[in-house]
Amino acid sequence: MTTVLGAPVDHAEAARRARRWGFWYATEHRLLGMRAYAGTILAATFGNPVIYLFALGVGLASLVDRSAGEITADGHGYLTFVAPALLGIAAVTAAMDESTYAVMAGFKWDATYFAMNAAPLSPAQIATGNVLVVVLRLLAACTVYHLFLLAFGAVPSPLGWLTILAATLGGTAVAACLVAFSSSLKGEDSPLALVMRFVITPMMLFSGTFFPLASLPLFLQPIGWVSPLWHATELGRVFNYGMVEPIWLTAAHVLYLLAVIAIGWMLAVRITRRRLGG
Amino acid sequence: MTAVIAAEALEKRYGDVAAVDGISFEVQAGEAFGLLGPNGAGKSTTMRMLGAVSSRTGGTLSILGLDPDRSGPEIRAQLGVVPQTDNLDRELRVRDNLLVYGRYFGMSRRDLGPRADALLEFAQLADRAKAKVDELSGGMKRRLTIARALVNDPRILLLDEPTTGLDPQARHILWDRLFRLKEQGTTLVLTTHYMDEAEQLCDRLVVVDKGVIMAEGSPAELIARYSSREVLEVRFGSEHNVRVAEQLTGLGDRVEVLPDRILVYTDNGERELAAIVGQGLSPITSLVRRSSLEDVFLRLTGRSLVE
Repeated sequence: MTTVLGAPVDHAEAARRARRWGFWYATEHRLLGMRAYAGTILAATFGNPVIYLFALGVGLASLVDRSAGEITADGHGYLTFVAPALLGIAAVTAAMDESTYAVMAGFKWDATYFAMNAAPLSPAQIATGNVLVVVLRLLAACTVYHLFLLAFGAVPSPLGWLTILAATLGGTAVAACLVAFSSSLKGEDSPLALVMRFVITPMMLFSGTFFPLASLPLFLQPIGWVSPLWHATELGRVFNYGMVEPIWLTAAHVLYLLAVIAIGWMLAVRITRRRLGG
Repeated sequence: MTAVIAAEALEKRYGDVAAVDGISFEVQAGEAFGLLGPNGAGKSTTMRMLGAVSSRTGGTLSILGLDPDRSGPEIRAQLGVVPQTDNLDRELRVRDNLLVYGRYFGMSRRDLGPRADALLEFAQLADRAKAKVDELSGGMKRRLTIARALVNDPRILLLDEPTTGLDPQARHILWDRLFRLKEQGTTLVLTTHYMDEAEQLCDRLVVVDKGVIMAEGSPAELIARYSSREVLEVRFGSEHNVRVAEQLTGLGDRVEVLPDRILVYTDNGERELAAIVGQGLSPITSLVRRSSLEDVFLRLTGRSLVE
């Protein structure tokens, strides 16, 4: 029977599709929601590379290269050395946008995840959508950043484009953990500010980003080893200018990042399931 | 008639606390069924179990012939859910809220366009299609939430306090829309604090308190069973009510003394009022009214405040 509200819906087919594609429907929702803050996203995507590359590429790099004689990055110069780190930092920054307050809004302020779950989407699919939307935004943002790096002559290797994937992996690893953490916040958002100040900012500074990790005292170096940003940056340097390191270490970077993503994602699924199904 | 919902000894425990303590009921296809109860009675917990999002800790539950523990998505694909608090996406515009929700049911964008327009028409929001959600009034948001719940052409619509916080006009518009859905054959299950709403909308209802069912029946049956045909309300001033009430014993079926008035439950309020005046008592105000579901509700769940 056709109702006043349109043709009948095949409910069995709806359930089948939701079981298979629910994670994508959750991602789609988040992507559509980005339209509301598209201006901020575009400003960050195009503005960040311009600001950082002028400051570091034209400013700091010329100073470092003059005093050090372009010894960094195997003679390619400081900008080439720092380029994968800038990409990684941009990825982590964009990841924070999508995996903190946006996730809290879904649970608490707008409670849209409860609406998704009242439809056929499962908590696991909702959590997966939260991680996947970050991957998509990071791929787009890092590609744009990479084009700027090319324009600034900071990508000597033909494999340099793989830095996009390295940064995306690093950003996603941070995002997966933040999605899990933000999903667990039931009260106010102040713990997020603490995480940004005392975890994310130190991570950006002490992950072998602006100077090699080896320049730090040994007791500070573990910060880099556990930091997804260090692994993403080192991986990026291998691709960007052929930084020499043992192949097992390159593989370890990839595996470590994948492991952090997997753990963050599983935690996010578990916490989402508990919160929505209580 | 076929039962679309069957709950048997349904239970939900959080540690030692039983939010729902072994309730049993059935809802027939096309019926408007109400769950009434004070705050903390277990209504919303029950609704979440009926919505196949919260698993039970005891008893059996069948929704549209399926077990929610095993077939959550299959059940939810056939439900429309209007939660107690609107959970619309404020980052999306009005029409986009419907489109994105329809996608959760795997519906194509091509099919969703006309359906969203029909739903906006139904919810009297067609002229607000491109508005931001925050620009809508409370009543409009509620209607949009209901429109969203209908996007999948649900067989059962679950409404948790659908009109709480709305002004009388908005409530009446909403009732009208719900009536139309009922006429169309949609099964309605609702919780409400408003007894007039329950009387207006529900064919049958259960009164729940402290996680258990206190009474079940149609509004008229419950009134007949737990109250009288009429209620006489008399006021003698808060300092005198208790003393005067002692002289009224034996009047009607039952006399209830409240701080501000005395209620006489009776078949004939005018006759009891004449008897009171005949005793030489002169109330400050008096009112004879039909007994309502509210009288039943207060009798069954008490008058003490639950917060």
